[in-house]
Amino acid sequence: MLSGLLLQYLVAGLTYGTIYAAVAIGFNIIYNTTGIINFAQGEFVMLGGMIAVSLNGLLPLPAAVLAAVAVTMAVGALIEMTFIRWLSRPSVLRMIIITIGISILVREAALLLWGEKVRSLPYFTGSEISSLSLGGARFSPQVLWALGTCAVVVVLLNAFFKITMLGRRMRACAQNRDAAALCGISTRNMITLSFVLSAGIGALAGCVVCPITYTQYGMGAGLAIKGFTVAILGGLGNSMAAVGAGFVLGILESLSIWVLPTAYKDAISVSILLGILFLRPSGLFGGREASRLAGP
Amino acid sequence: MKSLTSIALAALAMAASPAGAAETIKVGAVLAVTGPASFLGAPEARTLQLLAEELNAKGGIGGRKIQLVIKDTAASSEKAVSFAKQLIEEEKVFAIIGPSTSGETMAIKNLAEESKTLLLSCAAAEVIVNPVARWVFKTPQKDSDAVIRIFQQMKKMGLSRAGVVTSNTGFGKAGKEQLEKLAPGHGIRIVVSEVYDKAATDLTAEVTKLKAAGVDAVINWSIEPAQSIVIKNARQIGFKVPIFQSHGFGNIGYVKAAGAAAEGVVFPAGRLLVADVLPDTHPQKAVLLAYKKDYEARYKEDVSTFGGHAYDAFLILTKAIQQVGPDREKVRTAIENMKGLVGTAGVFNFSATDHNGLGLDAFEMLTVKDGRFVPLGS
Repeated sequence: MLSGLLLQYLVAGLTYGTIYAAVAIGFNIIYNTTGIINFAQGEFVMLGGMIAVSLNGLLPLPAAVLAAVAVTMAVGALIEMTFIRWLSRPSVLRMIIITIGISILVREAALLLWGEKVRSLPYFTGSEISSLSLGGARFSPQVLWALGTCAVVVVLLNAFFKITMLGRRMRACAQNRDAAALCGISTRNMITLSFVLSAGIGALAGCVVCPITYTQYGMGAGLAIKGFTVAILGGLGNSMAAVGAGFVLGILESLSIWVLPTAYKDAISVSILLGILFLRPSGLFGGREASRLAGP
Repeated sequence: MKSLTSIALAALAMAASPAGAAETIKVGAVLAVTGPASFLGAPEARTLQLLAEELNAKGGIGGRKIQLVIKDTAASSEKAVSFAKQLIEEEKVFAIIGPSTSGETMAIKNLAEESKTLLLSCAAAEVIVNPVARWVFKTPQKDSDAVIRIFQQMKKMGLSRAGVVTSNTGFGKAGKEQLEKLAPGHGIRIVVSEVYDKAATDLTAEVTKLKAAGVDAVINWSIEPAQSIVIKNARQIGFKVPIFQSHGFGNIGYVKAAGAAAEGVVFPAGRLLVADVLPDTHPQKAVLLAYKKDYEARYKEDVSTFGGHAYDAFLILTKAIQQVGPDREKVRTAIENMKGLVGTAGVFNFSATDHNGLGLDAFEMLTVKDGRFVPLGS
């Protein structure tokens, strides 16, 4: 009974962790290329879910998800080219303020476009009440979809950044933009590409978690806070670590519910974030820019 | 955040006379049109717009048109306070309808009292009108009555060990207090009582805790979409006990959000949701059907009890103004003396000590069957 219960809490924690990690991965891509945190990342997640829900009536579900990812990628490119591309040598602080501004803009645009209603995609497999059983713990098949998507994305991303020339160019931009430019890399195109990639991954995450969490115009901010926590916890720029950190945070939150009143759940994640920022101002594996984000 | 003054403009355009603006009666509305409580505020705002247009098309009240000034708080108490101040001090409104949520209403209750502005709240918590404040009324049924109806139903079904989950909002907090206060008197034991975040994205661990506590019924008290996540997650972990919801479940959107998991959920609500199947002799039937027809034709979405609360507030206010003219003190007294007024939430009987005017019988126990609300036992 007790082990079954423990397993159920672990599964719940994995569900939370997957949602957080899916958001955190997007943060890392833009950080990898530009060294900044894109605070509009949660809005990409929201856009992905919203667009997929709107298209789901017209297209079959897989096509709707793909189209939502494509449209959000285009939005990501558009945002970068409109607001960021023409800036010469923007400071980290300026970029942060710009991305916060973009997040507000996207959120309000979504409110005008879709209204205040909560929407959701159908479960990819089964329905709201279907569940899989694992050693006494039960969970929705959608959790596996989210988990699987995360795993595939992380593996592909790692391969992309480590093996392909394009991925290496993007990393070169993050390390030293001047040196990258001297080597003939178009740093501006690389930054645009990083926004496109992270918009796409955010949108994909938005689609797979949508049946679990629902999608509403204002959901981005809350998700971004959790995703940011996880990205910092894992070490900025490291997608594999983000998934691990997502699970750690999710399971800690879930287990905290076992012993503490559930109202403390969010206090746990904020305490963890604060603890990390105090003890390791540069994040577990982060660079100097990250510590500048975190405070003095 | 947007402020909806389109009706005001429309009213002015229709009046089309230079003196039109001076002769309107300004009514403010402080509603959570967007944000986490938008399931309440959005239908409330739409209902007020609909009613004001209808009334103005008929010539208003004694030739004076109603000018609505709707402010969107996005369910923030801070915004509710600043909008209420703005409406009272700058717009000098005759009365304020709203706020949508209990927390916001409690935040501006004193403002209304001090400025002697009529406040007709669309929020449920009993603390809004108990103790009675001279200028504050509310149209939804009392949360204590909802609790009693749920406990009575539980007893009928032979259930006594309840697990309570409430959202961290004013509505959730007030419900939790009433549930814990009234349970002993009804032979119900609350085994576990937990609070969840109104913006939660998944609540599997929370329902696991309820399941582990061995409760034989869940009472889920919230007005946000997270309440549908509770239902879904409970069924996903194979937790099959009856689930009771508060009257904050009265929007079909919540049923759609929970999908198949919502089947069999039981909750107390006004009769608006089941107006079609009421017997023709029921005193509320005509009012309910008329509102449902007008709203659904205009906005192409299902009517909800929340819009109904704004409907009742507008009805009570305009009826009182019709009776005694636009004088605040006289209108206040007229509302206190109102008896047998048929609204969407029930038949209102106000008095100097009862600023809600509704009793236990205003609730009907409903359940969800094939994705629709039906009276329990039908």
